[in-house]
Amino acid sequence: MTTVINVPPSLDAETIEQVLDQVAPLPRDQKILIDARHTRWASPYALTTLLTIAQTRAERAAFTGPENDDTASYWARTGFYKHAEQLYDLHGHVPRGRNGNESSVLLEITPVAKSEDVHDVVERIQQKAQAILVNELHLDPQATMRFAMTLSEACQNIVEHAQRGGWVAVQTYTWRQRLGRRVVQIAVCDAGIGFRASLESAHGRRMSDRWDDGMALEDAVIRGVSRFRDPGRGQGLAGVRRFVGKWDGKLSVRSGTARIAIVPSWDEDIPLAEDLAPFPGSQIQITIPERIPPR
Amino acid sequence: MINHIDVSSVLRRTVCDLYSNLVTRPTGAAVRTEIENLLSAWRGPSLTVIDFSHVNLLDFSCADEVVAKLLLRFDGGTPPQDAYFLLRGVREDHLDAIEAALERYDLALVMQDDDGGLLLVGTVNDAQRRAWQALREMGRCAADDLATAIGEAPAYAASLLAALHERRLIMRFDDMYVPLGTAQ
Repeated sequence: MTTVINVPPSLDAETIEQVLDQVAPLPRDQKILIDARHTRWASPYALTTLLTIAQTRAERAAFTGPENDDTASYWARTGFYKHAEQLYDLHGHVPRGRNGNESSVLLEITPVAKSEDVHDVVERIQQKAQAILVNELHLDPQATMRFAMTLSEACQNIVEHAQRGGWVAVQTYTWRQRLGRRVVQIAVCDAGIGFRASLESAHGRRMSDRWDDGMALEDAVIRGVSRFRDPGRGQGLAGVRRFVGKWDGKLSVRSGTARIAIVPSWDEDIPLAEDLAPFPGSQIQITIPERIPPR
Repeated sequence: MINHIDVSSVLRRTVCDLYSNLVTRPTGAAVRTEIENLLSAWRGPSLTVIDFSHVNLLDFSCADEVVAKLLLRFDGGTPPQDAYFLLRGVREDHLDAIEAALERYDLALVMQDDDGGLLLVGTVNDAQRRAWQALREMGRCAADDLATAIGEAPAYAASLLAALHERRLIMRFDDMYVPLGTAQ
């Protein structure tokens, strides 16, 4: 028997939880069909998470994409279908995207598993980043390099800790709901071991009574703790945090049953959400808003 | 002896000839290992200029592997060889990553800007920084000269110079100390 997982019309970091709530209670070998027929919009975080869901299933999942032609076509241009067809049994119409012609896609959905992939991602993002971040989002030219550094560190989280490959995507879009202006968003998702298991693997590490996913995220994201004893470790996420703080951005990291967020004034998210539906790996979202030039 | 290492060339030679970005830990470790190999071939006291001019992007992890872990071997009383390092071609975004890496280990280094000016970067206490700046202005000095310049006792001035030398931030020739960039 196949269980149908209903996907909301608008899919972002908040609403994707509705999908995870439906998937989490099911045994891994339970056949599922992700039904996104009525979905009209999805953030890069949501698209990469949809791919990640497929990686968590022992029984190959099925997927039905958006019926809306514009939405389906856009998803194709983000590279979603190219990877989805490797992971899902695709049902219904599967659009064919033309790569490289979508100005809002700074980096189409790209697999990340090894160090070379990070080089490739950084190389590719720089071709578009300068033009879009500076000319369209009005960020300082200095932000371009820091943006690429941030992207590199977020991707390395997969290479260094996940123990299996993941996905990265970078897109711009207008976030009407919260901001009413454009944002650039980095999404880095994997279905690996997650922060808690990664930190638990540290030799000789002593866990407190309160040890859980939320605390593991606090250690890694806020305190810069790493499973490695090397004091130079843990700099990556610290660097991401600094970048996000400087450009009034938002960082959220979900792992296991918790999500931690560095919340800017324009957002209403809570700093730590716990008791979420359990989901493997870690899912990072970095959102940098368009800068309004002073009048 | 003064040596020049173009980090970008090392990157292309050791990792991939298409890369211009210093990103990821394995890349940084490979570049550092090659720099250490080059250093080990040079005998006697040496000043090595590590040039980042042609490096496009330097991320935090790579700064840790290339810069901090290289300096860490030489910081302290028993360096593997009498080597000093001067960084050149460091852009502002490079510096973000380098400073973050240095702070993790309480390390410091000297870099030279495009105009030839010397800058002390990283973790240095106020007394050491004042001594370093005084030495930079004098060009070279003995402990007594520094003591006069900063208005401190000669023994204290000597201890500051010894500490800076131990951290490979200044060079020593007999009783005289010299800032790194001016010893060329």
